[in-house]
Amino acid sequence: MTAAELKKGERATIKEVIYCDLQCKLIEMGCYCGKEISMLYKAPFGDPIAFDIDGYTLGLRREEALKLKVELL
Amino acid sequence: MHIVLVGNPNTGKSTLFNTLTGQTQKISNLPGTTIEEKTGHFFHKDVKVHVTDLPGTYSLYPNGEDEQITAKFILEHIDNKINTIVFVADAGNLERNLLLYTQISDLGLPVILALNMMDMLESKNLEVDIPQLSLELQTLVVPVNARKGEGLQQLKDTIFKSNQALQNTFFNPVELQNDLIKNAEGSSTPYSKWQRIYSNYKQLKNKLTGPSNEDLYLQTDKLIADETEKRFTKISEIIAKTVKKKVEKRKNPTQRIDSVLLHPVYGFLIFFTTLFIIFQSIFRLAEYPKGWIETCFSVATTFLKSNLPDNVFSQMLCDGILPGLSGVIVFLPQIIILFLILALLEDSGYMTRVSFITDRLMRKFGLNGKSVIPLIGGMACAIPSIMATRNIENKKDRLITILVTPLMSCSARLPVYTLLAGLLFVPENTYGIDMRGLLILGMYLLGFVMALLFAFIFKLILRQKQKSFFVLELPDYRLPKWQNIWMTLKLKTKDFVFNAGKIILIVSVILWFLASHGPEKKFAAIDARYAQYTAPDKDAKVKADQLEASYAGSLGKLIEPTIKPLGYDWKIGIALITSFAAREVFVGTVSTIYSVGSVDDEQLIGATLSKQVNQNTGLKTYTLPVVLSLLVFYAFAMQCISTLAVTYRETKSMKWPIVQFVYMSGFAYLMSLIVYQTLS
Repeated sequence: MTAAELKKGERATIKEVIYCDLQCKLIEMGCYCGKEISMLYKAPFGDPIAFDIDGYTLGLRREEALKLKVELL
Repeated sequence: MHIVLVGNPNTGKSTLFNTLTGQTQKISNLPGTTIEEKTGHFFHKDVKVHVTDLPGTYSLYPNGEDEQITAKFILEHIDNKINTIVFVADAGNLERNLLLYTQISDLGLPVILALNMMDMLESKNLEVDIPQLSLELQTLVVPVNARKGEGLQQLKDTIFKSNQALQNTFFNPVELQNDLIKNAEGSSTPYSKWQRIYSNYKQLKNKLTGPSNEDLYLQTDKLIADETEKRFTKISEIIAKTVKKKVEKRKNPTQRIDSVLLHPVYGFLIFFTTLFIIFQSIFRLAEYPKGWIETCFSVATTFLKSNLPDNVFSQMLCDGILPGLSGVIVFLPQIIILFLILALLEDSGYMTRVSFITDRLMRKFGLNGKSVIPLIGGMACAIPSIMATRNIENKKDRLITILVTPLMSCSARLPVYTLLAGLLFVPENTYGIDMRGLLILGMYLLGFVMALLFAFIFKLILRQKQKSFFVLELPDYRLPKWQNIWMTLKLKTKDFVFNAGKIILIVSVILWFLASHGPEKKFAAIDARYAQYTAPDKDAKVKADQLEASYAGSLGKLIEPTIKPLGYDWKIGIALITSFAAREVFVGTVSTIYSVGSVDDEQLIGATLSKQVNQNTGLKTYTLPVVLSLLVFYAFAMQCISTLAVTYRETKSMKWPIVQFVYMSGFAYLMSLIVYQTLS
């Protein structure tokens, strides 16, 4: 599954950051392999999505969250 | 001694900078960019320390324009000038912050670590072992609280000790075993060599195309991703030894506030309420100081007129420079209030939430969540709003925002709308509603809809090099710090007065000259014609005839053929020309043309206007089609030289102000033509 499918409050571990233009940017923001994230809120219409990464909040568009392969905890 | 502040965005870097340098700071544009370099200085033990504050960035591989500046600055200064880099890190978010720290440290630059926001650790249930961290990183670590000014003395002392620090290497690019990097070994640190290869390659990338280049692109991208992951692996080991998480699992305050502010229903309600308050305060609060300023200027003008000898210079002062100056300063209250509210929203962290909840909608129109704020601000004044687009990383999104912001109905259009609406509707309420108010509201909506429409058109036309993205940190909420807000207000107001003000002043002097001077023969003829005339309206009549004979009047006559299809005569033509200094000049100009004594009494002007007869048609000048055509023209036309100047300044290209002028004025002409021709 990808980070875009996480429901509110669900926690997951990042398994892979799929190669894309933003791969480096996503990793830089702390979304690297093995990192724990949880879904916090969705903006109206479900996009963008806010995640909790180590106590800070990161907003990602749905299409960006699709690049994060995750495994539920 | 020269130090540089580097760090991630939202780490309180600017607050630290403000606290360190106080009143000494200056903002100067870095050559060739729109990004400003902030510099200042302080004295410590009688040594002057120069401080440069660089835009926040997450890594040395930049994405936005401001991040590029930071990376470039650091790489260019590897060998000289910088004595120390003070790396400002958010103590509550150490892991992500340390990524950039390790990159800079690997360049071989002396860097000390300032751990900011120590006070936030408590609410995040975290504890940082500072001596251990210092040991692990092999550098000097200073805890500070920039907001309260705590730890600054220790920081300053540490800055002087910094060259004793000797950091260890976190990452050697040779580890990646890649052909590209093999050349990287040499005298300087391996990582700085790699950074040089990378930046050379990036310049090459812009010139080369083709399959071999694609390959290289994929390869370097992969390298950067690998490097970043390797760094994080090492950093997380350090974090495990130095940061203790207390077990208590409680939502932190920011997340509790966000569950309301980002709520699908309440979130939008709160946003619209905020909008409403911004909108109201820009109009209502600014009304009073605006009135005082106008009074001051009119008193000063009257005083000078009656006390100065009547010559060209006093005329230029009273009819050109003073009205021009008042035109600038009258808008200061609105601009200051707008900046104040925007600074409050920015400093508290709410602004990023607005971007977050509106991104989806704005994206459809080629804009970005971050475009909302300039568009809202455009209802007050396009000038500061265009300056506020600087934080939009994507170049195309930013350009489109700049181009369409002036379509939002700004406060300068309000006097024009008010005057024209008064011609269509009598003041009495129709069905209990003030129809003039309704019309004006409609004009504001029209502006917003057209801004979205044109954003969409530009989205289709403009080529996109950079992919649009929205990876946005939503920083913790903080109470706004007054010192920060005061600094922002002061710098931005100064910027407006001196840069936009200069242009407005020059234009108003030119306009004054054109409207008060003309071929001498014609002016002599007017004097002769009224020599015997003694009625009390003599001055007004002479003035009106002089205006017709002036260069501005000739210009009006010259453009009459082009504006005739819109229903305008040469008199309106003059008003259109003078409106190019500022739209609200329309009111003053028509009142001069139609020789109305008082400019301020809009009722009176309205009554006179409704009596005017068009010399060409013999019918009333201000019929319904003409008024509607004028309303539409003023809503869409680019009639603000200051806005064009700011667009030029922000885009660093003559192309965009020209595009902005042509599309807006062309569209205004077309729409006015359609309105007039279909209705008449």
